[in-house]
This record gives sequence, structure tokens and C-alpha cells, in this order.
Amino acid sequence: MIDLLTYEFIQHAILAAILVSIACGIIGTYVVINRIVFISGGIAHIAFGGLGAAYYLGFNPLIGASSISLLSALGLGWMDCQGNEREDTIIGILWALGMAIGSIFISLSPGYAPDLMSYLFGSILTVSSQDLSFMLAWDLIILFFVTFFFKQFQAISYDREYARTRGIPVHALYTILLLLIAITVVMLIQVMGALLLIALITIPVTIANIFSQSIRKIMVCSFFISLVFTLSGLWLSYFFNLPSGAAIVVVAGGSYMILKGVRLKIN
Amino acid sequence: MNNEPILEIQNVYFTYKRQPVLDEINLALYREDFLALIGPNGGGKTTLVKLILGLLKPSRGNIFLFGKRPESVRSSVGYVPQKSTERYRDFPINVHEVVRMGCLKAHIFKKKESSPTHSIEGALESVSMSSYMHRQIGELSGGQLQRVLIARALVSNPALLIMDEPTASIDTEMEKGLYDILKDLNKKIPIIIVTHDLTAISENVNKIGCLNRYLYCHRSGEVTEEDILKTYNCPIELLAHGLPHKVLKKH
Repeated sequence: MIDLLTYEFIQHAILAAILVSIACGIIGTYVVINRIVFISGGIAHIAFGGLGAAYYLGFNPLIGASSISLLSALGLGWMDCQGNEREDTIIGILWALGMAIGSIFISLSPGYAPDLMSYLFGSILTVSSQDLSFMLAWDLIILFFVTFFFKQFQAISYDREYARTRGIPVHALYTILLLLIAITVVMLIQVMGALLLIALITIPVTIANIFSQSIRKIMVCSFFISLVFTLSGLWLSYFFNLPSGAAIVVVAGGSYMILKGVRLKIN
Repeated sequence: MNNEPILEIQNVYFTYKRQPVLDEINLALYREDFLALIGPNGGGKTTLVKLILGLLKPSRGNIFLFGKRPESVRSSVGYVPQKSTERYRDFPINVHEVVRMGCLKAHIFKKKESSPTHSIEGALESVSMSSYMHRQIGELSGGQLQRVLIARALVSNPALLIMDEPTASIDTEMEKGLYDILKDLNKKIPIIIVTHDLTAISENVNKIGCLNRYLYCHRSGEVTEEDILKTYNCPIELLAHGLPHKVLKKH
């Protein structure tokens, strides 16, 4: 067990689990309390389009995913500013479109595309040290904005209309929040894959919210929960030779179901 | 007493998607005023409030708040929004944090406000909610939440208080307490309350505006059945619930 830790890919995987959990704990909390899970899922699937395009053109696929997800966050921010009431429909359309474009590009690429599955379902065991430094940078950006704008984010999440009357730039801050979600999504694509990453954004926060009632505490608590899930998923995937992203989701989803069941029984 | 109006609305029109919402609105509000804006749903009450707060711009006409454009001075207005969203219930936030929101400044990069904790305590004190400081917002009753939202509006020492549907979903007893609080406040600042509930208007109100696209203002606080008819376009059964209401004539 201990000698496992001497493997570089295991060390990388553990570091990735820590870095990803920081983003999930913080940004997941805003996603859940703002009820924008659907938007986050949308950004993840739209990003897959950019990933496929970059793959086809021979760039690093994650660069394609980041640019498209950041762009889509800007677009969603703009849409929110316009007061578009059919926002969710548009997200639904882009959701499917992103996936479609991504798979077309990948099928057009010459040869076999072995990475495809890993971007759809994640592979924490193939994180490189370059990926790790990107993750660290993304985490620092998230930490910076959330520390700096904590009260403002809290205000726009709780009561937007009131925040506007205080003169807070609601739309600008909301767009920043969407950009931070896009960053989180890009980090997670690698570890969890575009299809599964929503689990790590929502489940740890939902569980944390059972035990803690303040945004700060939920963030810290869901960081630890997310870390436990990713590490145990990683362990399961290593010993039973399972896909890592799926193993993490099963651990997280299973824990959530059990906790919910226990709580229902108690009440 | 200073005779400059705190709020002056001059010949304001507002159209939304080519539909006229407000026509020819004129209003002057002075320091000692307690104005009740009544009118049916969809009559433009919330639109008028948004215009006063500078969240919307009039299609025509001018609004002056403290003699200036509303958007430049709206942080001097204490605003209590309609607490209609379910969001308030399960949001992870406590009373202290909600009231602290009232201290937020428009300029994010400015230095922090001096001692918010002290003013938060004071604001909660004024609505007799000090002992609830660390309660979760979801644990409060409708009336308690309403009082917390008033405290949030008061924490920045506003020069005008605007409340949207303050009595929705609180019982008569609570309502009485609420109006006692407002009566005290009115000694210092003017108040505007917005309501579609005619019974919600207390005896402290000295001005009533009946709003349904047009605004009919009444200085005395007495509204005739005819005015109600003009605003609602149909006679309305007026009922009192044991509180003194100036709106109601004997019937």
C-alpha cells in the first residue's frame, strides 16, 4: 500500500485530487446555492466541442476546452444581462451541440482516438506535472476572487435585486462566477470527464450542507468530502481496475444515497 | 423644517415593450411623509419603485432623489424587497450576514466600512431582533424575516425607506408591531410602502397614492370609494381586521 505512493502517477493523482477538491468545494458551493447546476453541466458539455476541435487541429485538447468553456461562460453572462427568459432552453441546445461537434471532430481525426474516453469519463491516473501546475494556477485564481469578493458573491447569490439596489455590479460579478465555474469545469474534465464532473460539483456540497449552515463552512467541509471521494474512488479504481471517474461517482453517489436514507429514517 | 422634497417625480412615463406601464406620474415626497402606494397587481407599483431606485430609467420625465439622479444616490435608500422567493428559506446564511449586506458599498475597491458589527447590532435592536443575530434565516417566521429585512435596510442609516409589500404573509399581530416600528422611524425619515392590500395601510400614513398606470395622490390620508374605483376599475369590498384604518369609510 505504502509503496504505491512511490509511483509518480499515484503522487500526481493524489495531488490532482487535492487541487480539484479545492475548486469543487468552493465553486460547487456557489453552483448549488445559486441553483445553476444545469448551467454548469451545460458549460462542461459545450467545452467538449472545443476539446474535439483542438484534438482535430493538433493542439492540446485542454486548451480547446478552456477557451470554449470560458467563452461560453462569457456568453451566458451576456445572456443573463439581456434578461433572456429562455436561458435554459438555449443551454440545452448548446449542451447537445457541443457534444455533437466534439464527437464529429474526434471521428474526423486520423487514427484511433484513445483519449476520447478519458475526456468523457475522466482519468485521474494520467495527470501530468504540467496539468498539475495548471490546476494549481486555476485554484489560486479561484481563491483570489472568492476571498476578495466573498461578501459580494454572497449578496448576489442570496438576493440579486437587493444587491443591485446597493449599487453592486451584479452582472459583472455573476459573469466572473460563471468564468470561475468554467475554470473548475476544465480542471474536472481531466479527472472526472465532461460527462461525470457534475457529480463532484454537486454531491460534496449537498452532503456538506447537511452538517454546516454557512457558506464558508460548507466550502471547507465539501473540500474534505470531495477529497475523500476522489481518493477512495482512486483506490477502488486501482485495485479493482475500474475506470477512475466512474469509481469516484459511484462512491460519491452511493454515500449520498445512504446518508439521505439514514436521514429519512431518523426523521 | 427643510422644504426641499426628498423625492421628486416630474411627469414620468414608462413603457415596456411598447406597452405604457406608467403615464404622467408626478409626485413630491417630503421629509415627514409616510406614503402608501396602492393599486392592483400589474398597476406599475414595482416599476415605480425600480424607477425611484434608479434600476430602471424613465422613458420620459425626470426623477430626482435628494435633488440628484437616483442611480448616483440609491445607496442612501433603505430598500425592503418583497420576500416572495423560496430561496430565502434554505439558503445557508444567518441573520447577521443578511443584515451585513446592507453595509455593502458600490465601490468594491474602497476601504472597508468602519464598524459594521456595531451598526448591525443597532439595526437589529431597532426591530427587536437582537437575540436572533446568529440564527439561520430558515429558522425564522415570516414576520421575523420581515423585520430582519427591515434591519438590513436600516443598517446603512438611509435617508428614505422603501418597502415592497411589507405585510404579505404576516399576521395582524405582527403587522401592528411592524407599524409601530415604522411610526418611530418616520420621525426621522420619510417612508414609502407599496401594497396591493388595502387593509395594510396604517393610521400613520399621511399620503396615499393610488397607482394604476396613472397616479392619484391624496394628501390627507383619506381615500374615497371613488378613488378606489378609479384605481381598480371596480368596487372593492373593504374589510378591516381590528386595526384602525384610515382608508376605510364606515360601511
